[in-house]
Amino acid sequence: MSPDLIKLIFGRLSIESLPLHEPIVVGTFVVVALGGITLLGGLTYFRVWGYLWREWFTTVDHKRIGIMYMILGIVMLLRGFADALMMRGQQMLAFNGSEGYLNAHHYDQVFTAHGVIMIFFVAMPLVTGLMNYVVPLQIGARDVSFPFLNNFSFWMTVGGAVLVMASLFIGEFARTGWLAYPPLSNIGYSPDVGVDYYIWALQVAGVGTTLSGINLICTIVKLRAPGMTMMRMPVFTWTSLCTNVLIVASFPVLTVVLALLSLDRYVGTNFFTNDFGGSPMMYVNLIWIWGHPEVYILVLPAFGIFSEVTSTFSGKRLFGYTSMVYATVVITILSYLVWLHHFFTMGSGASVNSFFGITTMIISIPTGAKMFNWLFTMYRGRIRFELPMMWTIAFMLTFVIGGMTGVLLAVPPADFVLHNSLFLIAHFHNVIIGGVVFGAFAGITYWFPKAFGFKLDPFWGKMSFWFWVTGFYLAFMPLYVLGLMGVTRRLRVFDDPSLQIWFVIAAIGAGLVFLGILSMLMQFAVSFLKREQLKDVTGDPWDARTLEWATSSPPPAYNFAFTPVVHDNDAWWDMKKRGYQRPLTGFKPIHMPSNTGTGIILAGFATAMGFGLIWYIWWLAAASFIAMLAVGIGHTFNYHRDFNIPADEVVRTEDARTQLLAGAKS
Amino acid sequence: MTIAVKPTQTGEPLFYLADEHPHPEGYSTSLGFWIYLMSDCLIFAILFATFGVLGGNYAAGPAPKDLFDLSLVAVNTSMLLLSSITYGFAMLTMQQNRIGQTQMWLAITGLFGAAFIGIELTEFAHMIHEGATPQRSAFLSAFFTLVGTHGLHVTCGLIWLVTLMVQVWKFGLIEANRRRLMCLSMFWHFLDVVWIGVFTFVYLLGVLR
Repeated sequence: MSPDLIKLIFGRLSIESLPLHEPIVVGTFVVVALGGITLLGGLTYFRVWGYLWREWFTTVDHKRIGIMYMILGIVMLLRGFADALMMRGQQMLAFNGSEGYLNAHHYDQVFTAHGVIMIFFVAMPLVTGLMNYVVPLQIGARDVSFPFLNNFSFWMTVGGAVLVMASLFIGEFARTGWLAYPPLSNIGYSPDVGVDYYIWALQVAGVGTTLSGINLICTIVKLRAPGMTMMRMPVFTWTSLCTNVLIVASFPVLTVVLALLSLDRYVGTNFFTNDFGGSPMMYVNLIWIWGHPEVYILVLPAFGIFSEVTSTFSGKRLFGYTSMVYATVVITILSYLVWLHHFFTMGSGASVNSFFGITTMIISIPTGAKMFNWLFTMYRGRIRFELPMMWTIAFMLTFVIGGMTGVLLAVPPADFVLHNSLFLIAHFHNVIIGGVVFGAFAGITYWFPKAFGFKLDPFWGKMSFWFWVTGFYLAFMPLYVLGLMGVTRRLRVFDDPSLQIWFVIAAIGAGLVFLGILSMLMQFAVSFLKREQLKDVTGDPWDARTLEWATSSPPPAYNFAFTPVVHDNDAWWDMKKRGYQRPLTGFKPIHMPSNTGTGIILAGFATAMGFGLIWYIWWLAAASFIAMLAVGIGHTFNYHRDFNIPADEVVRTEDARTQLLAGAKS
Repeated sequence: MTIAVKPTQTGEPLFYLADEHPHPEGYSTSLGFWIYLMSDCLIFAILFATFGVLGGNYAAGPAPKDLFDLSLVAVNTSMLLLSSITYGFAMLTMQQNRIGQTQMWLAITGLFGAAFIGIELTEFAHMIHEGATPQRSAFLSAFFTLVGTHGLHVTCGLIWLVTLMVQVWKFGLIEANRRRLMCLSMFWHFLDVVWIGVFTFVYLLGVLR
């Protein structure tokens, strides 16, 4: 074939694009490929493809979509954590003239991929998954406002994750750091596909995130059960509302800034170039206008989880509900007024830096108010130290340390010394692991029995807890020390041998965290095997307070046979206290949305379009785009998107539960 | 939205509704579409801000004064404003259930929209022909991106409009189609508002600069 034709068909994709010369990547590929083939073979052998397609991939049930988000987050956690271990290993070894085992080309991809994956494809899916699962149940709704959109959003997130994973084996990932600052990320300095993978993975996933934000706002505003006024919403629902407002009001900024970067790279415009009037610092400003709200997008739902957990396991109403709500709203607003603290060293001058330094410090006030509310909730409570509560206490201790180093970094003169040092790395891992990750784990252990009908095994849970917490401190406290000594981030080799001991300690910490992750996987496996012993027949295994515990575990597709009516903040607690009797008759047919494959098909085309654009395979990009339009428009010609669950099916489901409950009592 | 809850006759608190809670189809659509529009508005806000920052960086290339033909832009603006009025007529006739007239006004709206896109493309072609390409300077990069994004939105609106006309023709002015026409109406007027911003800040202020 002529080279022109090959170029037309394959763009810049060729055999050389496969990283066959990198033994580490080839090894990873072999392992992933073997694992993948085993999994796919197993699914085919047990003939579950049809089941998966009908019941899961095409589902519009918010509970199943929520579970799929959680699975995505946990799978990507393994990938992101593998990157972390590689970095810790490299930095531990690369002393005394040793180059370590990762070359610069590979190491730079590893730290970029670690950041991108952990934020976009671990933290975001975990948080979105929990919101998706819990919010409709907490407000007594049947599903989200736009169930089809929910399915589509999920698959777009998966599409982004697929592109990032593809970069490991086809071509390479960005070597720019997780925010891909220009001019480094512009075509002149990053001519390969790495940054293009970054751009299109985030664009595809970003569409999903924005739409899911719109969906959850509408759900919370429009579908609350009768009697649930705004100030009677559970705190997790409140924080979810604020998080989704933040998503809708910040992700479009990311979309634009990445679009402008891609115009620079593909068309040759001059937004972020150094010449023809472009301004790289504008990119830095814009991406942090998204980036700072993003950290609150992640942590606010975690705050909500801790609020639910603290009040449930202290057996008390949450202390200071109103102040909790106002603190959340204040944080939501303030999160837009602090973005410049990420680059005080840009040189905006003393007045601008002071403004952003002060707004940053002010955020610690509502956050501190929350901390005291949790403490006062525990005060004189009858505290049960179950796993979710343990994670919550670990969070409170860890997050306060992270918060204080954050206030320190908010002081511009101090920041000039600590900017881009390992102190900063230690700070944000301190708040993200201590806040978001511990929060997600608290949420997973708390709501797991609701989702699957059995509790998680406490022994392996506690193993995981102690490995994670001690591992975290060992891994990151040394980085504070190193940062104060002036070690900057993203270094591959070191000259000063006296620093090595700190990196060795950090690597040991990372190893402990690894054991924590393994224990957690073990916990899932053991709990599944012991599911009969750990079974929850009541639907309310923790003696909890909010509406999601009023229905069975796992809840039926329709969530509640009758829409609940709310009289109090802790609606389910109120019902229990006032002798609520579960209705046994009078069931009616229930109107539900039907499943559709359109979401996964559209997301598949979007991913293919991304791949085509990354590799300059223009025909693939154009064809996928047209296919996307056609499928999307075709979908709007389907006017019958719902069905009724017949009354006798509701009766059967509810009768089964009545028998379960009777069995539990006898 | 929440509905008020009264205690039952016997004074026993009511903990559930015996009848299905009424959430008709499309119950959340207008709120959802508004929120979507606001997120889209943010996209334009960032593009306006970008233009605000880079709009004076001509890099020794052409400036607005050398490029913009205000009379052409005035014609173009009137196309879009007229299309908003005709869309309004389409909605009025839709309220009166007159399918034929609704379709006619929708078609006229589409023609005005297409004229707008046509004039815009002519203007772009002319500028590029003169060497004022998006690559020439940061000002032109920002200009083409802001105005082009608006044009892209109008194009999407046109595809949407044709789709809806087919759906109205096939299924009539049923509830779902009325809701869809209402959403497109909001989208169309929103683009009109954005264009007024473009006209003022990019063209008029650009020529004054």
